[in-house]
Amino acid sequence: MQHPSAAFNRRALLKGAGIGALGLLAAPALAACTGAPASGGGKSGSKSFSFGSNASDDVPKRAYAAFVAAFEKKSGDSVKINTTDHNSFQEKIANYLQGSPDDAFTWFAGYRMQYYSKKGLTASIDDVWDKIGDNYSDGLAKASTGEDGKKYFVPNYNYPWGFFYRKSVWQSKGYQVPKTMDDFEALCKQMKGDGLIPIGFADKDAWPACGTFDYINMRTNGYQFHMDLCAHKESWNQKKVQDVFDTWKILLPYQDPAALGMTWQDAAQKLAKSQTGMYLLGSFVTQQFTDPAVLADIDFFPFPEIAVEGQDAIEAPIDGLMLSKKGGDSQAARDMLAFMGTGAGQLAYWKVDSSNLMTAKDADTSGYSAFSKKLADVIAQAKSVSQFFDRDALPAMASNVLEPAMQSFIKDGSIDLASIESQAKTQYADQ
Amino acid sequence: MTEEQLAASAPAAVRGRETPARRHGHLRQLTKRDVLTLSLMAGIPTLIQLCLVWLPTLFSIGLSFVRWNGLAFGDMRPAGLDNYRFVFTDYTPFWPAVTHNILWLLFLGVIGTPLGLLLAVLLDSRIRFTRIYQSIFFTPVMLSLALIGIIWQLFYSRDNGLLNFLLGTSGTPHAVDWLGDSSVNIWAAMIAATWRHAGYVMILYLAGLKGVDPTLREAAAIDGANGPQTFFRVVFPAMKPTNIIIVVITIIESLRAFDIVYVINKGTNGLELLSALVIQNLVGEGQVIGVGSALAVVLLVISLVPIVFYLTRTFRSQEDE
Repeated sequence: MQHPSAAFNRRALLKGAGIGALGLLAAPALAACTGAPASGGGKSGSKSFSFGSNASDDVPKRAYAAFVAAFEKKSGDSVKINTTDHNSFQEKIANYLQGSPDDAFTWFAGYRMQYYSKKGLTASIDDVWDKIGDNYSDGLAKASTGEDGKKYFVPNYNYPWGFFYRKSVWQSKGYQVPKTMDDFEALCKQMKGDGLIPIGFADKDAWPACGTFDYINMRTNGYQFHMDLCAHKESWNQKKVQDVFDTWKILLPYQDPAALGMTWQDAAQKLAKSQTGMYLLGSFVTQQFTDPAVLADIDFFPFPEIAVEGQDAIEAPIDGLMLSKKGGDSQAARDMLAFMGTGAGQLAYWKVDSSNLMTAKDADTSGYSAFSKKLADVIAQAKSVSQFFDRDALPAMASNVLEPAMQSFIKDGSIDLASIESQAKTQYADQ
Repeated sequence: MTEEQLAASAPAAVRGRETPARRHGHLRQLTKRDVLTLSLMAGIPTLIQLCLVWLPTLFSIGLSFVRWNGLAFGDMRPAGLDNYRFVFTDYTPFWPAVTHNILWLLFLGVIGTPLGLLLAVLLDSRIRFTRIYQSIFFTPVMLSLALIGIIWQLFYSRDNGLLNFLLGTSGTPHAVDWLGDSSVNIWAAMIAATWRHAGYVMILYLAGLKGVDPTLREAAAIDGANGPQTFFRVVFPAMKPTNIIIVVITIIESLRAFDIVYVINKGTNGLELLSALVIQNLVGEGQVIGVGSALAVVLLVISLVPIVFYLTRTFRSQEDE
């Protein structure tokens, strides 16, 4: 027979274990609690609110801090910034907006904005746009409008996609900026003859290829068709889309054959080392050129024309601010969005992060480099502005269907449009 | 008798149940505290199991029959078998993923596991520095697969990787793009996984080999069996419990393979695996809950096969005893 006290101790131990197990059960609940930001906002007229930022990289993070500081100084309101890792913020956006979001948050224009606005998770800000509307071009205003015609978004900056190249290399070889597809092909051939990889390309992360698709589609079938295809108002299984991939197939031999193993950062280094002749990417590529000599040697040209609309359309994704449903009640948060729509507000941001372009008309651009001016002019002259496939279309369509399909297209030049269309049907039907 | 003494005598009372006076059920002889302790002991693990395993599983099965964007519950619509139809017929990465999972299983089964066994046998034969070798082979097991993915990327990188450097192809157009070329990257990833798996199997077999009665070997030697005969006819069959565990581990490792490919390229471009597809469809902005759940259910059904096999074997051998 066991000694009584020994038995008692064993039970006490078990009890302890039981409490520990209960603690384990409680852990998720506790974690959920810490996920809720302590926000002072929410009530009408309150003077403090929270701002959820996806600007986790050093430069943009400091830039948003500078913008918020400028706003606090101007208005006397106090803003609490909650910064989340850029990719995590994006991946958790649905949970974030449905949970207890910050009053204001950083987001993207286009379908990605419209989608959550349609679901009623964000607040409309028509009153803010009454104040700042004159400060934006029609294209930017359109990109900030939801499907119901109300405004939901205030643009901060944008950046164009196009071909980047090294001036010194082009000068020494006598290359000319191509205007048409024929010129472009001839140039590629010439570069290949000179031992260069003509078109820098990286698609390990699967999304960069969307840039090539967007441009060939817009140049072949026009801007409106591209937008309708993104919204799945047009079928993927038709000749117009086949034409896009047929044109791309001509370019495939000139694109970097190692694309599927490289990230865009790798490809940017190849351009810096003059191993590739040109590189199609957003202007954020310049962040990779840490050597000032290389940076000064970089130039830009828009995607050449193919069949329709010349070079009218440009791909220039817009980043900016929105209000969550709860944030819609905070006048101070609305004031901050209005401040984002002024030149002074955008300048406060741009002074720290100058790799992007300010979008407000009255923004003081005297600080722009010649290169930034050129990029800004290209956007200003564009008749229509697209965002990027994963911003204009359903993100699930981009990541689950088109991006894998393009990866296999890059491999062997084959594309199964019937399969893409049937997959697209499921992706859009689920929304 | 104090309550404590009574409580302590309870096990003895249970053991003595053949005496007629104590026939009337066990529970009555347990004190309130016993009942409480036992129900806590059984109840809490059951509750944890229920909340963390069974309910999510049932929810997943339920969600695989709806269309849902993961936002409001009101957006949920019944889909019948549409998600499964989509997965099996339209979803292009699905069959490559199944093929890769099978390939992964065969690779671990034919190369990884036997390699671990070989290492265990070599280390068990008391060569010098055994402990050092053991530690070296076991180190990868202590690393997470995600970390292993990162380590091997340095090895496989096209332009700066060690492998292309050793092959003398680094920087030339002939350099093999180990992780980008979809015809080789699955093999590269499986080799990295084997690096870890072999160490794991080795440690289990080392324990298994230590548990084999040495007299069996002596008896075999007296009967005139040579080394390989002793091993394959006597020692290996004697390790049956270890063998079953290792078969199950190998199958489970190949089904849950995920971290390495996700670190390399999120399981696209030749590295599709069922687990990666589940994540792609369930997490992030590309959320298609119904399809992701259907994929998860497919994976669950496949996983049940080895689990049921293992459990039936275990219970059968217990009954035999």
